[in-house]
Amino acid sequence: MTLIVSDLVVDHGAIRAINNISFRVEEGQLAAVIGANGAGKTTLLRTLSGLTPATGGSATWHGSELLYSKPEKIVRRGVSHVSEGKSVIAELTVKENLSLGALWRRNSDEAQATQEMILETFPRLSERIDQQADTLSGGERQMLAIGRALMSKPSLLLLDEPSLGLAPLVVAQIFQSIHALTSQMGLTVVLVEQNAMSALKIADLGIVLNLGRIAAHDSAQHLIANPQVRAAYLGY
Amino acid sequence: MHKFIHSNFGRLTFFIGIGIFLFLLGNRVDELRVYQGATLAMYVVAISSLILLTGYSGQVSLGHGALLAIGGYSAALARNHLSAPVWICFAIAIVVAALAGAVLGTAAARLSGPYLAGTTLALAVGLPSIANQFGILGGEQGLLFDVGFPPMSLGQEFTQYKWYFWIASLAALISLWWLQNILRSRYGRTWRAVRGNEVAAELAGIHAGKSKTLAFTISSGLAGLAGALLAMTISTVSPSAFPLSLSFALLTGAVLSGVTTLAGVMIGALTLVVTPEIADAISNRFANSENVTTNLPGLLVSALLILVVLLVPNGPVEQMRTVRHRKRASTHK
Amino acid sequence: MYQFINTVLIGITSGAIYSLMAIALVLVWRSTRVVNFAQAGQALVSTYIGYAVIQSFHSFWLALLIAMLAGAVVSALVDALFMRTLFKRAAQGPIAGVAPIIATLGLLGLIRGVLGLVVGNKDMSIRPPVSNIGYTISGHTLAFSPLKLLIVSSVLFLMLILSLVFQHSNVGLALRASAYAPEIARLAGVRVDGIRTFGWALAGAAGAAAGMLQTPDGNAGLSPDSLEFSLLLVFGFIAAVIGGLESLIGAVVGGLLLGLVLAFVLTYISGSLVFITAFVVLIVVLLVRPNGLIGTRRVRRA
Repeated sequence: MTLIVSDLVVDHGAIRAINNISFRVEEGQLAAVIGANGAGKTTLLRTLSGLTPATGGSATWHGSELLYSKPEKIVRRGVSHVSEGKSVIAELTVKENLSLGALWRRNSDEAQATQEMILETFPRLSERIDQQADTLSGGERQMLAIGRALMSKPSLLLLDEPSLGLAPLVVAQIFQSIHALTSQMGLTVVLVEQNAMSALKIADLGIVLNLGRIAAHDSAQHLIANPQVRAAYLGY
Repeated sequence: MHKFIHSNFGRLTFFIGIGIFLFLLGNRVDELRVYQGATLAMYVVAISSLILLTGYSGQVSLGHGALLAIGGYSAALARNHLSAPVWICFAIAIVVAALAGAVLGTAAARLSGPYLAGTTLALAVGLPSIANQFGILGGEQGLLFDVGFPPMSLGQEFTQYKWYFWIASLAALISLWWLQNILRSRYGRTWRAVRGNEVAAELAGIHAGKSKTLAFTISSGLAGLAGALLAMTISTVSPSAFPLSLSFALLTGAVLSGVTTLAGVMIGALTLVVTPEIADAISNRFANSENVTTNLPGLLVSALLILVVLLVPNGPVEQMRTVRHRKRASTHK
Repeated sequence: MYQFINTVLIGITSGAIYSLMAIALVLVWRSTRVVNFAQAGQALVSTYIGYAVIQSFHSFWLALLIAMLAGAVVSALVDALFMRTLFKRAAQGPIAGVAPIIATLGLLGLIRGVLGLVVGNKDMSIRPPVSNIGYTISGHTLAFSPLKLLIVSSVLFLMLILSLVFQHSNVGLALRASAYAPEIARLAGVRVDGIRTFGWALAGAAGAAAGMLQTPDGNAGLSPDSLEFSLLLVFGFIAAVIGGLESLIGAVVGGLLLGLVLAFVLTYISGSLVFITAFVVLIVVLLVRPNGLIGTRRVRRA
């Protein structure tokens, strides 16, 4: 089970947001995608999950093509996307947000088991299980969003800037949980982040995007050690 | 030349030109057409009031017929009880309707989308029936509105309908010219800013509530004028002259014209006047049954409305501008 | 005394019918954030189908069932074929908020026109399935009959079932999620387009029920230009807005409130002030609570 992206091109009207990129993520790996604002990171995830239509190229997840399909179909191929900005539904309760993720599976026993596991990992959610999602703090909402994505029992998890707007302590917690969960569930992860250091620290593989192209593509450790990357993205 | 056309004086000349053209036209066509011309002018005023309210200020009104009614009844009452000259009656119609609009507008400014639509709908249904309650409003039969004969100075040959046509056209031309100026001024920009994003507009220092209320007031005043013109052409005001279908027809006319711009207002007005004719022609040719005559006009207008919303949602004028713009952009590569 | 009681009863019965239409409108609003004015037209079509069933099979109950099914199908088709296209095309631009309202108004006119061409404009009637003769208490005839009891109980029953579906079922969860945040719902695997059409189908069934239950009652006539169906739409819409468009209970409360107030005005004040009263009630409610009686102003974040 591999994620193979080849010659991906995505246009937003007259702007080419993603300009011919190719990469592989092996099963069980965590790939961190870093780069400046507007580099195309969010567009990449949105294209993989079907929210944004691709213009050309291909992206396959263990053999089946992800592009040119509706998001609902892609979820059923084992891909879960936590989109930018804490994608929870404010008007629903914590429980309902979680249940939503498992609806399409129609297996309530499995859903129950998955929910229990998620609540164990994020005990704050367990405390607020019947509260409306808009009463949660930023960090809790991010946990809920990740939890909702995991309820679909994905094999490929796409995370878009989970640290956005969160305090450093909370960010550390969340990254720890991400690392733990993904190892536990054997997930393959593509993690888009502004917070390049935290992302590369838990990643196996690093991809640097710049203006829609891949500027660097290496193991995470090498990227952390790379002086150019350090200067541009890691701040030292 | 370009600068002249878009200057204030240039536009005034344009309208005067139209006026002269209409004058000449009025002398050459028969009575029925002249009468339809008056109705057309009335629709132009009414539809432009909706373009202001819905297209520029973003507030949906399903009940503009009620505002027309207020204008029409005010004009009739002024005429019958104060024996006021016709122009004063029209002025009263505008003022009373504008006042009503100001009151309604302050409430409306707090309402959004469907809530506003519901309120205006309730008004359109509710207002005309008040006439049955108060004797002074003439009940179901309504009141007479007689603008009088054309002045002798225009000659013996000058017909009543032609007089209506002159009055209505003059009113329409003045209104359009005035409205165009307002829409191009900072008021127009303010309305569009609020329509686009109310929060952003407020942050930029615009008082959204005041702006919306102003739009409502002006729109109502114009609607009142249209109502008075309507009363003139049919010589009466009554509840049945302002049914719910009138409000829907006006909204339809506004959408057909392209609700965001004044330039297409003739399209909507023409459609409303012409459709019953076309429907008659079709039913005479093909079926000649009462069934078809009753149902075809409404059917045609509705079908047209749906087509326009689906195919050219911003109206034909805006659509052409976009196409021209794209062409210009592509040739400039 | 009996006049008072009768006024209340009249108010409750007419209010119940408005509630049914309000429920239909709220269902569509909660599924797609659109007010479907064509609902009245759809109700007309469904009621005509019910009429046809009665002519052939002489059973009101069968007709009601089939009318509701037809209503569901018609409504689903309207959404799938018409509204989806509309959303794709008119999604941006200044007319975006207004376009669905205008489009459904156009559709209403279209349905009425076509119906008129096909079946003519004669007034038809449907005989009530149960007696419409008022109950009597100590010699006084009440403005309440088995038929009216049927109407009121149907409304309450439907409201209960629909509320249960919306709040406590998986389908209801999917419906609500699709309405609040369609993108997130898609990412969770919900087939948003299909679910929304289902919401419209439910609304179509409710509207059909309103039409079928209203027509046998007294003078309500069945014709494409039927005044009663126009009033059904207008008062149903006003009731829905009073209730707040966000809750089914709100629709019922709005309908009953409107029905009662109008009945009192009709009996104790004057018939010609009924319509303007509806406007006054609406504006008073909205001034105090701009999002309706049961609507809560929610600042959408996340």
